[in-house]
Amino acid sequence: MSDPGQREISLVVNREPKKLRAYPMERLLDVLRIQLGLTGVKEGCGEGECGSCSVLIDGVLVNSCLVPILQADGANIITIEGLTEGPQLHPLQQAFLDCGGAQCGICTPGIIMAARYLSSKKPQPTLDDIREGLSGNLCRCTGYAQICEAVSAAAVREDTGRESER
Amino acid sequence: MNTDHIVGVSVPRKEGRDKVTGRALYIDDITLPGMLYGATVRSSIPRGKIRKISFGTGIAWDEFVIVSAKDIPGQNCVALIADDQPCLADGVVNHPEEPILLLAHPSQHILPKAVAAIEIEYDPMPALFTIEESEGHTEIIWGKDNTFKSYLIEKGDVDAVWAQADYIVEGEYTTGAQEQLYIENNGVIAVLDVERGITVSGSVQCPYYVHKALMKLCSLPEHKVRVVQTETGGAFGGKEDYPSMIAGHAALLAMKSGKPVKIVYDRMEDMVATTKRHPSRTRHRTAVTREGKLLGGDIEFVVDGGAYATLSSVVLSRGTIHAGGPYYWPSIRIRAKAVATNAPPNGAFRGFGAPQSLFAMERHMDRIAEMVGISPVEIRRRNLLKSGQTTTTEQVIHEPIDLDQLLERGLALSDYRAKKERFQTGNASATRKKGIGIATFLHGAGFTGSGERYLASVVGVEGCADGRVRVLVSSTEFGQGTKTVLCQIAAEELGLPYETVEIAQPDTEQVPNSGPTVASRTVMVVGKLVQSAAHGIRQTLTNAGFLREGYSKEEFSEACTRYIAERGEFKSWARYEPPPGIFWDDEKYRGEAYAAYAWAVYIAEVTVDLTTFSVAVDDFVALQEVGRVLNPVLARGQITGGVAQGIGYALFEKVVWQQGRMLNGQMTNYIMPTSADLPSIRVYFEELGNVHGAFGAKGIGELPMDGPAPAVVNAIKDALGVRFDSIPVLPEDIFQALAADSAAENNSPAPQGAR
Repeated sequence: MSDPGQREISLVVNREPKKLRAYPMERLLDVLRIQLGLTGVKEGCGEGECGSCSVLIDGVLVNSCLVPILQADGANIITIEGLTEGPQLHPLQQAFLDCGGAQCGICTPGIIMAARYLSSKKPQPTLDDIREGLSGNLCRCTGYAQICEAVSAAAVREDTGRESER
Repeated sequence: MNTDHIVGVSVPRKEGRDKVTGRALYIDDITLPGMLYGATVRSSIPRGKIRKISFGTGIAWDEFVIVSAKDIPGQNCVALIADDQPCLADGVVNHPEEPILLLAHPSQHILPKAVAAIEIEYDPMPALFTIEESEGHTEIIWGKDNTFKSYLIEKGDVDAVWAQADYIVEGEYTTGAQEQLYIENNGVIAVLDVERGITVSGSVQCPYYVHKALMKLCSLPEHKVRVVQTETGGAFGGKEDYPSMIAGHAALLAMKSGKPVKIVYDRMEDMVATTKRHPSRTRHRTAVTREGKLLGGDIEFVVDGGAYATLSSVVLSRGTIHAGGPYYWPSIRIRAKAVATNAPPNGAFRGFGAPQSLFAMERHMDRIAEMVGISPVEIRRRNLLKSGQTTTTEQVIHEPIDLDQLLERGLALSDYRAKKERFQTGNASATRKKGIGIATFLHGAGFTGSGERYLASVVGVEGCADGRVRVLVSSTEFGQGTKTVLCQIAAEELGLPYETVEIAQPDTEQVPNSGPTVASRTVMVVGKLVQSAAHGIRQTLTNAGFLREGYSKEEFSEACTRYIAERGEFKSWARYEPPPGIFWDDEKYRGEAYAAYAWAVYIAEVTVDLTTFSVAVDDFVALQEVGRVLNPVLARGQITGGVAQGIGYALFEKVVWQQGRMLNGQMTNYIMPTSADLPSIRVYFEELGNVHGAFGAKGIGELPMDGPAPAVVNAIKDALGVRFDSIPVLPEDIFQALAADSAAENNSPAPQGAR
């Protein structure tokens, strides 16, 4: 049953501890999508160019297509599915809805994760910060204007809402 | 009745919540029990006969399902227009990456090894790779003369104008291939059911195109083929015709194995094997008066179709009709052809031929201005079409459009005149030179000529027992906002809240054929039919005496419940009827080419850095008249997205070819714009309305692809004084052109005013 080539891997994914078996060089992307069913993590290019597979590993934005699962052993991972704890949308998600930041939607989970990472570093980003912060995530639909607006709008809302969140 | 307007308001995207939470399911997110994965074995040479296929050692071939052309139950073609493209090559290949064999296996990971273990020996044949080689006829690779299609438009007596001209201006312009680069690659899942036939779900733009292709390929009747669109991660034309191919492949594997089969391409396979925008060459010869009035022109427009006919004839048609731009030509001759080369077939990509011919037209207008000695603004102002004048196909412009005023507004919004002056003074000593460029253009909405009449699209609206309303169309959502806007139209027509209206998943078993989701036709043509079908729902209820005008949402709901209880299913249908007075001559290519045109003025401001030779677009004004804007957020998103693709087309996106194969089939080396590469794209609308569209809407989706490339390249010319007539314009092209220019200047000082 147990394949000797596989290794036991422990992860915390979206705040839940997970134990699983995988080949050391399996991509974190595939483990998340196939073993854990987290299909909100998308594959766009498989070579770290498009950012559709962006997740947070220990709070850092990473292309999950470039991470061998062994390297993620013991890591704390947040995907789009774990952005919020309850049914409420995260302010970023709400802002993407309101501002037209999602068109075809395939890049959206990755871009929202990149925006989440940006906001953790720069809670009040300027337009240039946003353009720089999202430049590792490709979107073919929007021309980025409404995405940048969504990230700005969410920053304003989060700032207003920060006190109540705590 | 709800008195608040829904049309004209930015209601939230219907499927938006699923998209921002990651819950939306795209085809690769779906796994079925017992599912096999499919892979494609492709040609490694551009043209030749297949001599031998060997299956290498080290692979347990008995675990694989293997399909070749011999397994095809029906006709071996991807049915579309000419039916000349095989679904699987049978003995002969005509382009690199042509599908030859299909493999399926339960493990995705073994497939690449298996594909690599198959060795195919060929007897290579001479191949053609460029328009010029195809025209040279050293080899005949398609039909009698390598020509898929040709058109001739003639208006007035062009031959008579050359003698009267003060200037005759000639130019040749070329555009490269462009990859659609949707972020979700092509993919489908095929499922065979002995009773019900074959079902293919996937990332598709036109479910009924796939349906038609599968019937022919699998030799199945209409009711035994079902096509379902799943959430689609971008298309831009790239999923118009190609899905018929990949769906055919998955269907063949599912029929042979009896199991569900998923085929999802990886990025490189998608880039090297599927369609792209047609490369083009346009030659202009124009007779002009000293005042800068166009007297007549000769335009030759040629597109490279690749190895099979696919959509090339239609792409060519739109490019041909748009080749004269938004100008009044007293006389013109446009000769156009699509030629064959040994590359994968080029296909649909937003704009569909128009970005190519309009790039040429708009660059040429600047060149004419230079020859005549007037400004790019003046040359346009003196020739822009006026209401009442005729286009190149002799269509009378009935719309009350004032392009002169549109141009003036564009100039004001971009501060064009002041910037132009400032840049000219500032550039003399600068190593970062600035320039500003204009493009004025038009885009016809809907199918060309008699196309909509042949399509005869059908739309349904269903009243449900609980008072909900469902829109039934095969028109697909792939980011543009189809679902949202069509629901807005139905809600507005019925006076119901937006939330009451939903839209069915495009599924050929459930929805009528509302035509393909292409040609900027969805809001205008399909939207109008949705409006009309929704009107039918309301009229039926009031005529039956179940509902009185001025009804509430609850009264509407009660009326639906009663109708269904008494009479059963409650659906209202609308079929496209050509508007009266529309005339189109397919032979002479004359008449009403499109029911409506969108009009635009785009202005780009650039900086060219003479140290790195890179171009930055600093400001972009996109001003357009698109009829009534039904959803401002979505409409603006269409424009910014199209402009971004247009800037990529002009400055970044170069397909590098080697023997008919794309060499740079990766996002690493085929470069599209990132958020750091684009300016704030400033979008402005004029809203004149349109009698042919739902609530006054026209087409919008393709328009923004047409203008950015010429506006940007005209701005580069303004900055450097050096002409670029080919796109993309990469830093190395600028470096070379400037080097050549200064060499030429050193050898022979340019005569005054020649540049």
